Order: sequence, then structure tokens, then C-alpha cells
Amino acid sequence: MSARPSPAATLPEARRAAPRIPQWSRDLGMGAKFAVTGGREAWVRVLLTAVGVGLGVALLLLTTAIPSALASRHDRERGRNDMTYRSVVEKKSDRTLLIGTADTTFHDLDVRGRVLQPEGARAPLPPGVKKFPAVGDMVVSPALDRLLKSSDGKLLRERLPYRVAGTIADSGLIDPHELAFYAGTKDLKATTHTTGRIERIDAFGSSGQSEPMDPVLLLLVLIVFVVLLMPVAVFIAAAVRFGGERRDRRLAALRLVGADGRMTRRIAAGEALAGAVVGLVLGAGFFLIGRQIAGMISVFRISVFPSDLNPAPALVALVAVAVPAAAVAVTLFALRSVVIEPLGVVRTARPSRRRLWWRLLLPLGGLAMLYPMIGQGRSNGNFNEYLVVGGVMLLLVGITALLPWVVEAAVNRLGSGGVAWQLAIRRLQLSSGTAARMVNGIAVAVAGAIALQMLFAGVDGDYTKAGKNDLSRAQMSIQVPDGVAMSEVVRQLSTTKGVTHTSALGSGQIGDGRNEPERQASVTVGDCTALREAAKLPSCHDGDVFAVEDAKWDQDTANLDKTGNKLYIDPSYGTSEKGKEIPWTVPKGIKIADSREDPTGYERGGFLFTPGALPEKAASTVYGTVYLQLDESVPDVREFVRNSAAKIDPLADPDNWAATTQSKRFTSIRTGLFVGATCVLILIGASLLVSQLEQLRERKKLLSSLVAFGTRRRTLSLSVLWQTAIPIALGLLLASVVGLTLGAVLLKMTATSVSVDWASVLTMTGIGAGVVVLVTALSLPPLLRLMRPDGLRTE
Amino acid sequence: MTPPPGSLLSASELRKTYGPTTALDGAEFSIHPGEVVAVMGPSGSGKSTLLHCLAGIVPPDSGSIMYNGREMAGMSDAQRSALRRSEFGFVFQFGQLVPELTCVENVALPLRLNGTGRKEAERTALTWMEQLEVDDLKGKRPGEVSGGQGQRVAVARSLVTNPRVLFADEPTGALDSLNGERVMQLLTDAARSTNAAVVLVTHEARVAAYSDREIVVRDGRSRDMERVV
Amino acid sequence: MSIGHTLLGLLESGPRHGYDLKRAFDEKFGHDRPLHYGQVYSTMSRLLKNGLVEVDGIEAGDGPERKRYAITEAGITDVQRWLATPEKPEPYLQSTLYTKVVLALLTHRNASEILDTQRSEHLRMMRILTDRKRKGDLADQLICDHALFHLEADLRWLELTAARLDKLAEAVTTR
Repeated sequence: MSARPSPAATLPEARRAAPRIPQWSRDLGMGAKFAVTGGREAWVRVLLTAVGVGLGVALLLLTTAIPSALASRHDRERGRNDMTYRSVVEKKSDRTLLIGTADTTFHDLDVRGRVLQPEGARAPLPPGVKKFPAVGDMVVSPALDRLLKSSDGKLLRERLPYRVAGTIADSGLIDPHELAFYAGTKDLKATTHTTGRIERIDAFGSSGQSEPMDPVLLLLVLIVFVVLLMPVAVFIAAAVRFGGERRDRRLAALRLVGADGRMTRRIAAGEALAGAVVGLVLGAGFFLIGRQIAGMISVFRISVFPSDLNPAPALVALVAVAVPAAAVAVTLFALRSVVIEPLGVVRTARPSRRRLWWRLLLPLGGLAMLYPMIGQGRSNGNFNEYLVVGGVMLLLVGITALLPWVVEAAVNRLGSGGVAWQLAIRRLQLSSGTAARMVNGIAVAVAGAIALQMLFAGVDGDYTKAGKNDLSRAQMSIQVPDGVAMSEVVRQLSTTKGVTHTSALGSGQIGDGRNEPERQASVTVGDCTALREAAKLPSCHDGDVFAVEDAKWDQDTANLDKTGNKLYIDPSYGTSEKGKEIPWTVPKGIKIADSREDPTGYERGGFLFTPGALPEKAASTVYGTVYLQLDESVPDVREFVRNSAAKIDPLADPDNWAATTQSKRFTSIRTGLFVGATCVLILIGASLLVSQLEQLRERKKLLSSLVAFGTRRRTLSLSVLWQTAIPIALGLLLASVVGLTLGAVLLKMTATSVSVDWASVLTMTGIGAGVVVLVTALSLPPLLRLMRPDGLRTE
Repeated sequence: MTPPPGSLLSASELRKTYGPTTALDGAEFSIHPGEVVAVMGPSGSGKSTLLHCLAGIVPPDSGSIMYNGREMAGMSDAQRSALRRSEFGFVFQFGQLVPELTCVENVALPLRLNGTGRKEAERTALTWMEQLEVDDLKGKRPGEVSGGQGQRVAVARSLVTNPRVLFADEPTGALDSLNGERVMQLLTDAARSTNAAVVLVTHEARVAAYSDREIVVRDGRSRDMERVV
Repeated sequence: MSIGHTLLGLLESGPRHGYDLKRAFDEKFGHDRPLHYGQVYSTMSRLLKNGLVEVDGIEAGDGPERKRYAITEAGITDVQRWLATPEKPEPYLQSTLYTKVVLALLTHRNASEILDTQRSEHLRMMRILTDRKRKGDLADQLICDHALFHLEADLRWLELTAARLDKLAEAVTTR
């Protein structure tokens, strides 16, 4: 070969311009040229490869950018921290600021609210705020600003009676969707009672060491990217094989005119490389688009600023080199069993039978890697990232190893049926490997999506479950704020639209001494109806007192409730927590009541007072909680309650017990996941379609002759359907098994109870099945065209 | 033109164009039961198109095709397909056996398309394979047999439904002369044994010599040599 | 075909009577034209005269005289030489058909008609040969194939000429 002068050398100007291009680069170049000059089909092939590579690149870039994005998010969160976790109130000075937590919830959105009351000229400004809002003014985050201006935000506008005087800059927000405001006020007072709600601080930012990222959250992020990357990798592997047979023939033709085996491989590599390079460009584009989209959407209540998504340059370089290299490697790997001879392509004999044992090793290995972390939960520190990623990848890759075996084993056992069925089965028996390879991507995507969805559903439920509140007895509760009478709160709330019933219970402490009592019990104050929520009363009139001796965690009441015992309501504990120490004597004929779980699911012991029985001074020592029953048919009933509560006290934040609103958020995640999975599946579907069409074209003559002797179009169409549907059905089955296993293992790892979200399993497999139908439907018009008798004409 | 008396399949005034190319320009044809008629002519003369029209694979642009007293031009695609399944048999030059099916399954295919059960279809197929001396290939796939054997399997398949007309388009085109002769001999013997008419498109005189008479197609027009002489 | 050499060759396996020789010849080679006994007699006389055969014995009886012939050494050498000499390929340069076609063109008659008729005639002959081939043994098949290939060659020429008729017409009329 080297003895022959190269074509370029015969052109004088070429000889002058390029001294000597190495042979290998010329081969690669030739391959690249074939890739783009091979007509429409070649373009489709390059484009599909490029889209696959591009998605892979974009995902990898996003993955590499995620840690830094989360880190800067975390930094900002720490930078605006106002929690001191101190029980002592700081001294007032001109550098201090009173800050009250006025968080609220609007529908299912959390609003971070703070009321500010600077106590001097040098009071610290929160990050992202240029100057303190005047009393009655507030500065808001852009997202809150938008919400308040929209018609949806009407009820929230009523709740926040401040004038919008400016916006909070990005440096004061953790993500672009955060709803936050800082309002100016003059009514705050710092007391120990209100620690946590009102603080006096002289600086923002937490001084302590940074909190590590929630391990479960980290796990989710890792899994999301592994699950998204895997099918893309499988897809790239499939994409570079598109048009393989035609390429092999072309390479054979090149062999005929004198190319040697190594040259043909380099030319093939060049073709793959062309697709990969276009893919890199697309990938960069996808990444930039994805970066913007990342700012617009929020996953798992987290979104990031596009400007935070900056992958490390070294990683970018690594991706830019590794992805095309991988594409070339896959091509060469696929060619290893193919000997391209000048007169055609010889496939070296396939191994007689696929063995199961080593294929099982992969998923089992994956499980083995995940196993040590089962039951670890979020309390035991971080998961081993390598084990997690490795285990999940092995499990998912295990599908691609198992599927060919499953398909082969299944089609060899599938019995006879109609002609269409027979045609499909026989074809699958002869090339089950090809069939399995086409479906691998879909199977991996579906398995990953199912596992991810289970994890999301489980963990999300974990984040939202609010204990064992009895929703039939109350749907919301509100703490009675300091300095407000419980009766006033009850009055305001029971007139609120949609509130059908209120019961107010006050809680306090009682002990057998003024200071640090030896025995103590709880005090519950309420009218008879309210008290019946906390105990089974024999009879009740105002002025009655009851003792509950049988509550689960209470041992002292039985000793304290002796008639004539002198007890103290609100005893002191040391010098720092001074109580009112109001004396009270156990009256004669105190009634004994049986315990009952209150609406929060807690069994109260101690003494139950009707208001008339409570010493007058003791009224201010109990913390009141008002339980609300709502008419759920009233729209926005919770917002009305929150608005009423805000009127009573801007810092009040009623607890919503019902988890119904939370599921909405989960729905949006699910939708997002479906959209992603569907996109991946459609991409894979496109590749299926391409290979399907390629295969059909190669069988043009055969199809025409089958039509000639009277084969119905329906028969051939059905056989094409079966041919796609059987491997995909098997793939989806395997994917469901692996997906559910992986999901269960992941849930066990996060110490969450395992429950199968059958709806999502069905939906995912449904989407997979939909892709089959779509591919078949789209390949029908060309099939019908190929079945025209023109195919019989000999050129 | 009225079909000659007693003819099984006849055509008159057939015209067919593919885009700018005129493939048939007023061709005539007729064949009797049990007759073997060779359709000859140079490449591109319209031989194959004539066969495709006669077999109801493509409808002619104009003209009439009578099969067994029925006008085929008026039939729907489904009707013509049904006719091809039940009354006609086909042998082509190559590429007609389904590579995934075994030989006996290939031969049984037309029967199965007609709704015969698999066992019975394959039993019938095997008797035809015996007649064409390829019964020992039943379990092999088309890729594993020689060209001549494959073509004989194809002939067995074309005859398995006992067709009344067998259409053969260059059935020996891909074979050497020895294998070609053998295939032609078996084909015509088998057709004679069932009294099937054979429309044999070929450009080889020695293959045409297996016919009872020949017609020549030139520039889309046919000449029935029987009537000329 | 040289009958003398053929008869000589038949004698190589052993002496025979003239009548046996004729029968053996007819059986193996004389499918179309059986030999006349007179032809055998005159050929054998010539061979005898040239010393290629000798009379092995004479049987007297009623009927014709029955001589038994045997091949001589010279005869064997002669057969050997004949077999080793290749036959001269026939160039077929003088063709009646060509003449007919050109004449038809010159006199503005339908030349393609002539060609088609001829083709039909050729095919008729080929059909007869094919039919005989099917029914006959291997010898029949080989002989018929020989003829069929020749006829096929003629047919190809007819086909080619038909395709070039316009050009030929142009050539012969302008000259």
C-alpha cells in the first residue's frame, strides 16, 4: 500500500501545501468524510450519534457542575443564617438587630420571612439587602415579587401587610425560586420565651462549622445522574453502530481497492469520531440550554442559579476527550468480531450459547456493593459515593448483560403461532443479540426511572409525613402567641371562613415544689369539649378538675393528685428559667379521667382544668394551641386561616396537618422524571426506528416476493410489531424487576419503608410500550412502500 | 379482443408506465391450463412487467386481464392478494426465501398464509420437497443450502398450494447451466403433474426450450409466435 | 466425423464381424443416422487395403459372407494419432441467415420477421431436443446438449442482430 503514490501527491499544489500527513490521520479524515457525504441516511446516523453524544456530554458537564453549585448554594444559606441557638439574650447595642422569624406557607410553597428591627446605626444588614426596610415596608425576592403581583398571590398579599420597597439580591437567596422577604417593624421584643422566633443578633452567618450535605439528598443527586447517564451511554453505544452493515459493505469495497484491515478500522473510527465531535458541539449547546433551564425548574425543592453551574475546566477537558474516545472505542469493540474481507464481511462464529453465570455476576455485584449501606439512613453520615455509584451502575449495566440471555432463552422457548408470529420469532432466534442490543437502552432507562421514582416517592413521603396526627379531628393547629389571650385567638379563628370547629387546649407544668420539683406533671386547660379531645371525661362542668393517671409516659400524677396536696403551677427550674410558682391545692373529690390520644396523637397525663378551676394568675403560664377543623370544600381554606393568624400575630405560623398539599410537589417531580425518561425513550425509539428501517430496506426483495405470493400487509406489519414488541416486553419485564429491586435497596439504604409505586411502574412500562407502538407505526409507511412490487423489478 | 377459447389466463391491450418509462404498450397474452409459455425478450423489454400484471401484483394502467372468466383489472388489492395466495405460485430469481425460516417452513409458508395449521402445512410441504428432491434440507435455513437447492425449495414453495398458474421470473438466472436445467426439469415436471399453467419469463433460449411455446416481448409489445407462424 | 477411425476404435476391444461393428456403431453414435451395411463393407475394405485391419477369419453360412476383422498394430497407432489431433474449430463465417437478412434489408422486406420466424424455428428444434434429453439417457443428454448449445448460439446471434437491425439497415443501404 505504501508503495503506491497517494492521490494527494499527484496534485502539485497539494504537495506544496501539506508536506506529509500521517497515514492514520488521513484514514480518520476519510472516515469522517464518509460520515458526512454519505447522503441523507449518513446524516441521520451522524445526527443521532451526535444527539446521543451531545446529551451524554451535557449530562456529564451538569454532573461535574453540580457539586460547586450546591456548595455555593450552601455558602449563601450559611451566610444569611440568623439562628444563634443561644438561650441567653444578647445585650442591646447600636450594633444589634432584632430579627423575628415570620415564615409562612402559601399553598405548598414555603416563604422565608423575617421581620427586622435594627437597634442602632451599625446593625448588620442581611446579605442581598442594601438598606433596612422602613417600618411597614419589606424587601422581597424576585420570585415572591412575581407571586405577589400575580392574581394567584392575592391571599398572600393580604397576609403580608407591607409595602414592597425593593428586592433581595441573588447573594441573599439560595436559589432563584426562593420566596423570601425582610419586613421592617418596631414591635419586636427579645425574651427567652421567644428564643428561636425572635433573636437579637449582631451579625449574620453561622459561625459554626458547615453542616454536611444531607446524605440522602446527595444520594438522590448521584442516582439521578447515574440513571440519566446510563441509558445515554447505552444509546451512544447503539448509535455508533447505526448503519453498521452498510458501513461494513463500504469498508469491504475499500478493502477491494487495497485498504488493509487496520486502515478500514481507522476509517470506521473516523466515521464514529465525526459523530462524536458534532456531538461535543451539540453537548456544549445542550449544557448551556440546560443551565438556563436549571434556573427555571426546581427538582426536589432545589434549584440552582445558572451562574453557579460552572464545571471545573479540568473536568470539562476530560469530558471533551473521554466522550469521543469512548465512541471510537465502542466502534472498534463492535468491529472486533467482524472480519472485513475485500469480497464482503465475515462475522466470526458467535459463541454457541450465552452463559448465564457471568451475566448474573454484574447485578449481584451491584447488590453486593450496595448491601453494606442498607439501613444506614441519614443519621449515619454519608454514603460511600463510590460504592453507591458503582453499585447502581453495575445493577443497571447488569441489565444490558442479562437481557441478551433473557431474550435468547425466551425466544427459543416461544412456541408456534400465526405466520406473523413465526416470522418474528424465527428472526429473533437468529439475531437475538441485535434485538437485545436495540432494547438495552429502553430497559436501562425504565429500570433507572422506576428505581428513582420509588426513591423519590419514599423519601419525599419521609420529608412530608407529620407524625400520627389524627386528621379526622383537626386539620390545622396554631400556637397561641405570647401576650394574646387564647379566647381571642379562638374568637378570631372560629369566625374565619371555612373553619367548622375550634378546640383550644392550653398546656403548662405543675410540680410538688417551687423550684426544681421532684415530681411533676402536665397541666391542660380547656373547656369541656376541648378537654374531651384529650381524655375520656366521666362528666364535666366548668370548674371541674380531672387527674389522668394512666397516660403512657406519666408516673407522677398518681402520687400528686392526693386531696390536699400543695402543688405549684409553672415551677422554676434553676435561676435561668424562673416560673410564676403559683400555688394550687388538690381539691376534694378530684375526678379521675382516662387518657385518650389528643389530636396530635399524644397521650396527656397530669391535671385537666376547666377554665373556671384554674387560678386566675395561672392563665398566662400555659401555652395555648388551637386545633381547627376545616371545611375542605372551601377553596383556599388554609390560606384564610393563615391570614387570620397573621392578623393576630405576624410571627404566627399555623401548622398544616394534612399531607394532601405535599403530594402536589411530588407530582411535579414525577412529571419531570416522566418528561426526562420519555425524552430518553424517544431518542432510543428514534434509534430503533433507524435500525428497523435499515433492516427493512435490506429485505426489500424478500418483502416484495412475499407480497407477490399473496402475503397480507397485515401479516407483515404484525411481524414487524412482534419483532419489536417481544424484545421490548422482555426488556421492560427485566427492567421492572431490576428497577424495583434497586428501588427497594435504595429505600432500605435511606432507612425508609419500602413501598412500590405501581402507578409509576405501569406508567414507565407504558411509555416503553408506547415507544414500540410508535416505532412500529412509523416504520409502517416505509414498510408498505417497500412491499410494493417495484422491489421485484430487476435493475 | 376476446380471449382465445379455453384459455385460463389472458390479457389484451395491456399498458403500463413507470414514470417516464413505458414498460408495456399494448401487450397481449394467453395461456391454457397445463401449458408452459415462455416470455422472452431483451432486458428492459417489459417481460417482468407483463408477468407482474398477469399475476395481479401490479395493476396495469389500461387493458384487460381475464383469469378463469373473471376480469382482474376491477379487483381490489385484497382480492388480488387472495387470488395470488390461492391460485397462483411464484418463483423468482433470488432473494425470495425468508432467511430466518427453515426450508420446510419456507415451503409451508403459502399454505399457512391461507390459514392451514402448521403441522399439516409442513407435512404437505415435505411431500413437495420430496418431489423436488430437497426433502433432506427441511431443517436447514436458506443460508445453509446451495443456490440450486434453494431454488428448488422455492419451486416446491410455489407449487405447495397446487396453483393453477405458476409464474416463474428468471427462475434459473442465478444458477449454472447444470443446476438451471435440473430446476427447469423439476419445475415443468411438477407443473405438468398438477396440470398447472406456467408463465416462464426468461432471456435464456435453453430455459425457454422447456416451454410449449413462446411469446416475445419487444418495446412493450408482445408477439405470440404461435400465431405468426 | 471419420467413420473409418470410429470403426477402428471399436475394433480395439477385440475382433468383430462387420455386422457386429455396425450394430455397435449405431448403438453408441448413430442416433440420428444408422450406418448402411454397404458403408461398413466399403470402409473395412479400405482399412484392409491400408493394412490397418486384418481378416481374423471367415464363417461360411447361408446369408452373406461373414468376415471377422481384427485391428493391426498400424491400426492402433492410427487411432491414437486421430484422437490426439484436435478438431479444427468451425468458424461459421458463411451464414445463410446473414445473407437472408441483408437481402431482405436491401429489398426493403421485413427483416425482423425473418429473424422472429427463424427464432421460432430454432426454439421448436430446441424443444424437441430438450424433450429427447428429458426422456433419454446420459448419452442422449450429452448429444442433445451439444446441439442445444449450438442452437442457443444461433439464437443469441438472432437476438443481437434483431437489436442491431436499424444500424445494419443503415450500413447496407448507404454502401
